[in-house]
Amino acid sequence: MGIKGIKREEFKDNESLELLKESGGNVILTTIDDVINWGRKNSLWPLTFATSCCGIEMMAAGAPRHDFARFGMEVYRASPRQADVIVVAGTIVNKMAPVLKRLYDQMSEPKYVVAMGACAISGGPFFLNSYSVIKGVEHVIPVDVYVPGCPPRPEALLYGMIQLQRKIEMETMKSRKIRSSEHNSK
Amino acid sequence: MEEQVKKSPLDEKEEYIINMGPQHPSTHGVLRLVVSLRGEVVRNVEPHLGYVHRGIEKMCESITYPQIIHLTDRMDYLSAHINNEAVSLAVEKALEIDIPDRIKVIRTLMSELTRIQSHQLFWATFGMDLGGLTCFFYGLRDREKVLDIFEETCGGRMIVSYNCPGGLMYDIHPNFQKRVKEFIKYFRKTLPEYDQLLTGNVIFRERTIGIGNLSLEDAISYGVTGPSGRASGFSCDVRKHEPYSAYGRVYFNEVLYSEGDTYHRYLARIEEMRESMNIIDQLIDNIPEGPFAVKMKPIIKLPEGEYYQRVETARGELGVYIISDGNKNPYRVKFRSPNFVNLSALNHMAKEFKIADLVAIGGSLDLVIPDIDR
Amino acid sequence: MNKTELGDFIKSLEQDCEINEGKQFTEISVPAGKLHKLAENLRSNEETSFDFLFCLSGVDYGVDLGVVYHLRSTKLGHSIVIKVRTSDRVNPHFDSVTDIWKTADFHEREVYDLLGIKFTGHPDLRRLFLDNSWGFPLRKDYTDDINIVTK
Repeated sequence: MGIKGIKREEFKDNESLELLKESGGNVILTTIDDVINWGRKNSLWPLTFATSCCGIEMMAAGAPRHDFARFGMEVYRASPRQADVIVVAGTIVNKMAPVLKRLYDQMSEPKYVVAMGACAISGGPFFLNSYSVIKGVEHVIPVDVYVPGCPPRPEALLYGMIQLQRKIEMETMKSRKIRSSEHNSK
Repeated sequence: MEEQVKKSPLDEKEEYIINMGPQHPSTHGVLRLVVSLRGEVVRNVEPHLGYVHRGIEKMCESITYPQIIHLTDRMDYLSAHINNEAVSLAVEKALEIDIPDRIKVIRTLMSELTRIQSHQLFWATFGMDLGGLTCFFYGLRDREKVLDIFEETCGGRMIVSYNCPGGLMYDIHPNFQKRVKEFIKYFRKTLPEYDQLLTGNVIFRERTIGIGNLSLEDAISYGVTGPSGRASGFSCDVRKHEPYSAYGRVYFNEVLYSEGDTYHRYLARIEEMRESMNIIDQLIDNIPEGPFAVKMKPIIKLPEGEYYQRVETARGELGVYIISDGNKNPYRVKFRSPNFVNLSALNHMAKEFKIADLVAIGGSLDLVIPDIDR
Repeated sequence: MNKTELGDFIKSLEQDCEINEGKQFTEISVPAGKLHKLAENLRSNEETSFDFLFCLSGVDYGVDLGVVYHLRSTKLGHSIVIKVRTSDRVNPHFDSVTDIWKTADFHEREVYDLLGIKFTGHPDLRRLFLDNSWGFPLRKDYTDDINIVTK
């Protein structure tokens, strides 16, 4: 049962942003932006952070069948100082939230967050009647991409990472400055 | 005048404490170990738990019995079928329902496939922890074949809510028998490759033989079950002592060793994969005909009383203890989780070994942290 | 030994207990003071030799708090259930059985954490999953309006 790849033209989401980028803008600065963004998006290094079941699907996304080394992401760093993106895979509970915030603060700019799985988006199956689950990781750190599912298939995680790559492509120097100052003030 | 020799503040003879924090590549989840060392020798290991404590036991008191199935899936997610089977069997035993043969045989087949899949992941991550990254790729490549079988029948790869009180959620796919037979044929040829890669490897043997010994009396006193306990000689296989589903009519050996070190805990799991394949071979050709679920009332109420059901997951004995007061929600549900008990023996096993051995011992216990914290 | 024989034998060991033949196991209710002696006897006695404590659970019965011990013998193959209760909800305490079965160490810490029952004689009774400012979630009168969302 082969899974067909999704053609690039079929990503209907960021169209308007891309159009806006193609018009307007200084030629030299946009070329530098393009080169920097190309370098950043093709080598996103994730942090090893997996709390529960979604962690196994994240590992399966790195396994031979759905390989994400072809997107430049197979280099998992254990130390937050060396990582670019943190994929929050699994439930975050009250005791873990300060640890997550500390890890996020230790990462250096530019940093991105992907909330993987229903538990990280909104508490998931543990939303009702649980006394210690945080209902969504966005209460702790700002999130860039949400990947729904319980657990999401590895293909869904790859789709989410490619969306993150397109989001990075859109960044200009001005928007990067605004983003870092927002992060530092949180 | 004599010179005073200055002593460094961290003199070799004193103990110091390091923290293998909740986020760590080798602890297989969010487990915090506070290790007190003297030089490189471990003196005391203290686990700090609760970083994935979701309060499942309290949640179960406000949901109905079929809804508990969806929570047990996510406790020990690598034995999801077996966890679901435990709660289903407990409810069926309380209601005194007779389950048709077809359901029992399919449940047994799915449980054995789950056991193979869980041990494949153990092999992959154990090799990776000790430095052999190739094991990760080989193990996960073969595990995908089992997940394909699950996905065709149950709809989910790892979190399947397939067993439910009264039987199964859906009937098996028409391709099920063919695919399982293909997989068994493929895996019987591939398993000797695992032996060649890791079991006979000199570095692996040096790192695991004689490390982390657990004697038989300690295994019984600490309550360590599953392959970790059987490697110490503790005969605790629930499938043999109290057979449930279709285990009463298949022939298989209980894998027992007497040395109790890391190497034999690893070997016990590899042998269990072979025994699981034998069980599947005996059942796959004769799946009896019949219904895939028994008609149950829409609202299930258990009669008043207490019920205990044990099953053998890939990591040990899971116990489900339900106290019911006659309503549609249980009064109290307690899960006796195997990982919780196996972890309590880690301190005893790791004393007087080096810190690099701690990773090997922790990996050989095959812990799944959400099962500890529930 | 089967269920009735076990019940009679244990009654002869300890007169002050109630035997109840459940559907699955023989259930023995002891007063809290006699627990430790009975547990030690059950383990060392040749006829019973219960050396495997496989489940220790705390229960809130509404008015009382209790602990349930499930025991099995690996040599003789029989199982039994021991129950203790106390109606003191402010400061409940029982004797710890850690010196008899080592697995009770973590289990008793969990019961203390979630229900607030103390065990005298435990080597290191601290909270396990939650921190010191939480109440005791598994009690029936635990309410938390901020965190728990109920339908």
